[in-house]
Amino acid sequence: MTRTLTLMRAGFDPTRHGALCALGGILLFNLLVTPNFLHAQTLFVNISQVATIAIVAMGMTLVISTGGIDLSVGAIMALSGALAPLIFLSEFAAANPTLGLVASIIVPILVALCCGVFNGVLVSYLNVQPIVATLIFFISGRGLAQVMTNGNLQTFTNPSFSYLGTGKVLGLPFQGWLVLLIAVVLYWMVTRSVFGRQLLAVGGNERAARLSGIPVHRVKIGAYVICAGLSGLAGLIVVAINSASDAARIGNLMELDAIAAAVVGGTLLQGGRAPIFGAVLGAVIIQLVKYTLLANGIADEVALIAKAGIIIAAVYLQQARKE
Amino acid sequence: MTDLIKMTGIGKSFAGIVALQDASLAIRPGEVHAIIGQNGAGKSTLIKILTGVYRRDAGDVQMNGTPLAITTPREAQDAGIATIYQELSLVPLRSVTENVVMGYEPRTRLGLIDWKAAHARTREILARFGVDVDVTRQLGSYSTAIQQLVAIARAVSLDAKLVIMDEATSSLDDQEIETLFSVVKGLKASGVAVLYISHFLNELYQICDRVTIMRDGQTVATHDVAETTKLGLVSEMLGRDASEIQAAGLTALSGGHGEPGEVLLEAKGLRSKSGLRDASFTIRKREIVGLGGLLGSGRTEAARAVFGLDALSDGQVRHHSGAALDTPAQAIALGMGFLTEDRKADGIIPHMSVRENITLALLPKLTRMGAVDRERERKLVAHYIEALQIKTSGMEQPIRELSGGNQQKVLLARWLALEPEILILDEPTRGVDVGAKFEIQSIIRKQVADGLAVLLISSEFEELVEGADRIVVLQDGRSVSELQNPGITEGALIGAIAHHHERSAA
Repeated sequence: MTRTLTLMRAGFDPTRHGALCALGGILLFNLLVTPNFLHAQTLFVNISQVATIAIVAMGMTLVISTGGIDLSVGAIMALSGALAPLIFLSEFAAANPTLGLVASIIVPILVALCCGVFNGVLVSYLNVQPIVATLIFFISGRGLAQVMTNGNLQTFTNPSFSYLGTGKVLGLPFQGWLVLLIAVVLYWMVTRSVFGRQLLAVGGNERAARLSGIPVHRVKIGAYVICAGLSGLAGLIVVAINSASDAARIGNLMELDAIAAAVVGGTLLQGGRAPIFGAVLGAVIIQLVKYTLLANGIADEVALIAKAGIIIAAVYLQQARKE
Repeated sequence: MTDLIKMTGIGKSFAGIVALQDASLAIRPGEVHAIIGQNGAGKSTLIKILTGVYRRDAGDVQMNGTPLAITTPREAQDAGIATIYQELSLVPLRSVTENVVMGYEPRTRLGLIDWKAAHARTREILARFGVDVDVTRQLGSYSTAIQQLVAIARAVSLDAKLVIMDEATSSLDDQEIETLFSVVKGLKASGVAVLYISHFLNELYQICDRVTIMRDGQTVATHDVAETTKLGLVSEMLGRDASEIQAAGLTALSGGHGEPGEVLLEAKGLRSKSGLRDASFTIRKREIVGLGGLLGSGRTEAARAVFGLDALSDGQVRHHSGAALDTPAQAIALGMGFLTEDRKADGIIPHMSVRENITLALLPKLTRMGAVDRERERKLVAHYIEALQIKTSGMEQPIRELSGGNQQKVLLARWLALEPEILILDEPTRGVDVGAKFEIQSIIRKQVADGLAVLLISSEFEELVEGADRIVVLQDGRSVSELQNPGITEGALIGAIAHHHERSAA
């Protein structure tokens, strides 16, 4: 106890900076072991891969900070990812390319937002356990996406849409900048806005929040809506990267990656804290571990075990910190 | 005759705070014994020591003359001590039979549960209490009273020698209480002792043989119920002289009347599921209205109803603006605040800083284009930390690190920052050290002088008597009388509470 205290006084708290230490360790390991780690190509691959995890993890962080959880993020990604090509490959889009492109981005996200409203209403007004409420879309969302596409793989060539996943700004992948933008906006929201304050209050002590006049139901719905909207966006990016949409695979197991990233980033599962940049950091760590193992010829299955190890370490550090 | 249970010299402290000091309790075989006392008198601590939930620091427990070493609830059960808690510790989703035989299931020769025998035994046990239900149905599908009887049946089936009933009647209606009483009498007839804890003095006279009174962690006295009067019991519970109560009680009815101020809020005939039956009172500007009454009289419930927290089944709350008052958010918008009794569960947001906790209710008014106006927020928080002398290392310190008294001041600041018109204070100085208590009281007094209207709930009679300009006395969810200051004495208040108990007994 006293040792932890002295460490903290020295400005180093392993529980606070554990994620950063882990990141440093992984980077160092790669520099020494992984061939070609310092190539620009490596950076691009990792940024474009991490973006979707990071975007969804930030949404997940908001939901978890209210004391909830959202299992439907992967399915919502599939839903929006399946919708987009349906729209820009339609006859309407062929006649109005610009309008079609805009619609193929906006409509899927709107649909995702509606899913978020559904989740939020179930959790808040109807008082359904979050894990059960979001299980509904977890199961049905992907099914819906597959029904819409008849279970077919949709391939396409649409450079404008693919910019979402393959474009570059200042030499770096577009979706990397998008992550940064979203993170800055959400960070502002959490730390400076009234909504952010209310969000953390609801997660910290719901009864006290209600007694203080905070619209608890609306705040919770807000968190689920934002999370779903970000999932929808992530679904579009996945489709854009691949120039193909396979409803069965988009966002598969994303809910687990997102939860893991949020937890590694320092989000408390019981709510009350929403470290947005922590979630991004968590996503980066998870992506890097995946990449490291892959680049060194270790099977994907082993990567899954490594991921579990990271989660255990993160949870252990959180527990240690609570005392 | 040896006592069934004899506890002597029991002492227990929690984190340095003495809960019990030299407490004692003696229960004879086959008697119905009541324990009464104010909140915090040590009743439940004493019982939890007896049932193995807590370990005593000092003292001696004997059963039938031999020392009893109980360290877990299970050991208590095996020794023949069964407890029926207010919140039932049964499994509502399993059948009645399963609940009764749980842990002691009859087995077939193959080691499987013999359901036929189990159902038969359950039916037989319940029949003894005149309960005839389908024992294969889920327990949760029956009323609370039946569930309570099943809990008792389970206790008896385990050959209990002592059944402890903690606030057993608080969720029952009159008829169900009658059934429960007949079961208690049945237990007594079969030689089982019952330890009965209740806040309702009337029940005591109906079924109890002896009564032990506790106050401030000590046992005050044990009497035969037949030899006591309600006035005597109340005076021993509160530690006041009976003649003083009686004398004061007579003058309470003729208290002086002050000038009625401007009425801000009027509660009329409030009735709610939470326990209000017919509560009426007014809150006026520049005045502290106290709600007096014993525990369970509906004080907190009345406050919650006024603040829009609990739905009313009858009656109405009329705000002077004529606006609707159905949710806490509406109440706050109308300039009301509610400092709750349970600081931890309903008050603080532990992860948040002192600053964020203070401005929580004020947020909508601290907003500039969706963002919190941090400049104004800091100024305001600094002002209240200074004005209320909140001891903190800085406004960014997490509130959970503050002492109880300082947390309470932060919560008071949360409401004062709203510049409210009406402030409801539920036990504003409970669990607060003497210094902070005095400070909190003087802050409130000053605010009232500036025009604030306060609805004050306090279990401390001193605080009510000295603080309140008027006291509305509640009993069983009804407002029964009103006392007016100057002229209220502690005796008068106690008398008013006791007298109405007398009357309702008649």
